[in-house]
Amino acid sequence: MAAVKLYGPLASTATSRALACLLEKQVEYQLIPVDLKKREQKKPGFLAMQPFGQVPVLQDGALTLFESRAIVRYIAEKYAAQGTIGLLGKSLAERAVIEQWMEVESQTYNPPSSFLVFQLAFAPLWGIPQNQTEIAKNEKKFSNVLDVYEKRLSESKYLAGDEFSIADLSHLPNTEYIVKATGKAELITSRKYVNAWWENISSRDSWKKIREMSKADSKK
Amino acid sequence: MATIKVLGYSGSITTRTVLCCLKEKRVDYELVVVDPAAGDHLQPRYLALNPFGLVPTIQDGDLTLFESRGILKYLAKKYKGQGTELYGNSLSEEALVEQWCEVEGQSYNSPALTILSQIVFVPKKGGTTDEAVVELNVEKVGKLLDIYEERLSKSKYLAGDFFSLADLQHLATTHYLVTICGKGDLISSRKHVKAWWKDISSRPTWKKVTEKAP
Repeated sequence: MAAVKLYGPLASTATSRALACLLEKQVEYQLIPVDLKKREQKKPGFLAMQPFGQVPVLQDGALTLFESRAIVRYIAEKYAAQGTIGLLGKSLAERAVIEQWMEVESQTYNPPSSFLVFQLAFAPLWGIPQNQTEIAKNEKKFSNVLDVYEKRLSESKYLAGDEFSIADLSHLPNTEYIVKATGKAELITSRKYVNAWWENISSRDSWKKIREMSKADSKK
Repeated sequence: MATIKVLGYSGSITTRTVLCCLKEKRVDYELVVVDPAAGDHLQPRYLALNPFGLVPTIQDGDLTLFESRGILKYLAKKYKGQGTELYGNSLSEEALVEQWCEVEGQSYNSPALTILSQIVFVPKKGGTTDEAVVELNVEKVGKLLDIYEERLSKSKYLAGDFFSLADLQHLATTHYLVTICGKGDLISSRKHVKAWWKDISSRPTWKKVTEKAP
């Protein structure tokens, strides 16, 4: 029985963010699904682990940890010596630039892209009316952000430098949905360097594995 | 050793957060004023340092960094062993610090800033405060603080029994909520949140940060 348990549905961007890191670090884990449709995440058993009622949650021995980006940092730190090396950089200065781009993802990339993913990929499935004004606003916002990324990635192979890091990893889940499920793939594919970076990071074994698992899930 | 330069302005929430951290770590710095009200943040010289045109940005020798929460993590790690320990004392404690930093960044920050924007910035720009938006976000913050209340009834600070980056990250935004937004009873109506707020906001470093401005 794996010591590390990750609770959450694979379809959740936050859950796949945490899982991507477990895979990169080759950590043995158990993925325990949480049914959001049945509001399992709001039931007392789950709230005891995560009082905000959100997925995912990680249990590693005595430690219970939530917030996917905190989980990513913890796993990368604890298992630094195994799996993909260098996810946190090789020096304090490199780590600092990685954290900068982690925060850019969290504060600047995530809000507009999450909004678009929810409105364009999920709202129709769940019968929630779309807000076209807000969609247009967020598309413009996201475009402006991607213009900055385009410049950055024209100068640097990965966001924080020459090596893949947790900063790039953190962008995988939202970008996957943008490209595959919103009809707005050209936001990514029309930008030469952003597209090259996306093709590169999404073809990593860890992300391929998550895609396989998602496919298998959708057949159940 | 060159002094750290902080490019920002003294009223800015994110600049204040970084200044407070520098003071906690007893690190000398120089504040170089970049004032968005004057359009400084859109000058090519500033955009060359921070392409997103936000404040603050720091310069530490050759290293230029932006994103206040990222800067905090850098300072806490670089100056470990000096000033206040801001990451706890073990990997598990550090993980909990990061967790509560994420709660601030992902959940607390946005509704709090929306309240501030509606009450302070919208009228400043000639608009009218949307009370319904304020009420909605006050409710959101209230629900979060109910969870903080439960947490702080079992733990002196957010990540454990030690002051950390997670608590520090809440200072500047909460200060404005309580003062210029007049939403102090979000804090004072919750016993443990109130005690926590009293504790962290009376830290000498925080008092120094707010000395010259509101």
